[in-house]
Amino acid sequence: MGTCSLRKAFSAGCPGRVATMGYSLDFRWLHDAAGAIAHGAAMTLLLIACTTVLGILISILLAAARRSRYDLLSKAVAVYVEVVRNTPFLVQLFFIFFGLPTIGIRLDPIVAAILAMTLNMAAYTTEIVGAGLDAVPKGQSEAALALGLRAPQVFIKVILPQALKVIFPALTSQVVIMMLESAVVSQIAVRELAHEADLLQARTFRSFETYLVVTMIYLGLSMAIRRFFVAGGRRVLGAGVS
Amino acid sequence: MIEFTFWDILRNLLFATRWTLLLSMVAFAGGAAVGLLILFARIAKRPWLRRFGAGYIALFQGTPLLMQLFLMFFGLPMLGFRIEPWTAAALGLTFYASAYLAEIWRGGVEALPRGQWDAGASLGLHYLQELRLVILPQAFAITRPPVVGFLVQLIKSTALTSIIGFEELLRTANAINNATFEPFTVYGLVAAIFFVLCYPLTQYARLLERRAPAH
Repeated sequence: MGTCSLRKAFSAGCPGRVATMGYSLDFRWLHDAAGAIAHGAAMTLLLIACTTVLGILISILLAAARRSRYDLLSKAVAVYVEVVRNTPFLVQLFFIFFGLPTIGIRLDPIVAAILAMTLNMAAYTTEIVGAGLDAVPKGQSEAALALGLRAPQVFIKVILPQALKVIFPALTSQVVIMMLESAVVSQIAVRELAHEADLLQARTFRSFETYLVVTMIYLGLSMAIRRFFVAGGRRVLGAGVS
Repeated sequence: MIEFTFWDILRNLLFATRWTLLLSMVAFAGGAAVGLLILFARIAKRPWLRRFGAGYIALFQGTPLLMQLFLMFFGLPMLGFRIEPWTAAALGLTFYASAYLAEIWRGGVEALPRGQWDAGASLGLHYLQELRLVILPQAFAITRPPVVGFLVQLIKSTALTSIIGFEELLRTANAINNATFEPFTVYGLVAAIFFVLCYPLTQYARLLERRAPAH
């Protein structure tokens, strides 16, 4: 690394270097790191995409099970939701990643991460989807049944679209929260954004700058996901989705 | 290798739990204090203060807590502070909590009818008195359920400080797991302890929510 005086840092002589109180920030490593960061961001997006699809599908089933006639099934879902919501995601992740191999199930870190994220997400979205289902007036399903639709058709064509519209903002927030929380899967060596940051800072010795850049990328990702969902929601579920 | 019985594991974990509790309390108290300042900025009359408050909240709610903790841990030494996991953990969680609490309270302040401000003003109260005597007590009262709900989130979030080296419940568990190779027992117990801490609060938040008058 070349030496850069404070004065030179402010002039054009030393690009990428900014002086602060007694310490100069150095962003020159960023040029070489762009590929790794992009790769990490892509992995983070892949993780959250899988989790969102799987988590919401599971939570629709669980929300229906929670409202079923079978008492035991309903109670089991309630217990699952409470256990997941009242324990830290990181503990759930370690429980799955370190625990399953002891009973002979060896998981790839990426699979373990998606599994833990999906189970976590489903517990939260089960509550959200359930609230949405409850918000659809009973008359809607009665009317659909009266028109001769079968029960699954009533659920998929009449109840679910209306419920989704009501809960869409809450679902979007949950996806963003899960994406941010996915940073901890770096702890089981999944090469997503936070893990790339860990590797980079170990190489460049520019820890603060590395995490600053990566934090800002997370901020951009969370805003992008929000935009994407609002735009997608408007298109699929119609106007009025915010 | 040291032999750990189930009771050894449990005892060690329970001892470590006090750090989780202490950190939660410090972060909650600190977060409430800083959060109040952010709330004042967020509902201030000056646009630049409002923008600052909104930006602060968006920044902390739009980035991972883990990154915030790392930035504390590596950023504080640059300002000349000594890095201790405890300091970084307490400060990181304080700022994190402040953003969420400010946002919750802002919702409470904005839910109050405009007439509350007008009534305060007509009684001759100035801005700060209006806030202190009329607005904030009501805003705090109606936002109690989400604040308790956030406390649960905060307690769970303390687990992340194990990553920057703070010796709380999860970090102790990792050490025990490395010695015993009994992940189901160790992490199961950790989950159970967190559950015992969080579940009553969750139920309390629900109770408060049910008791709240419908709007």
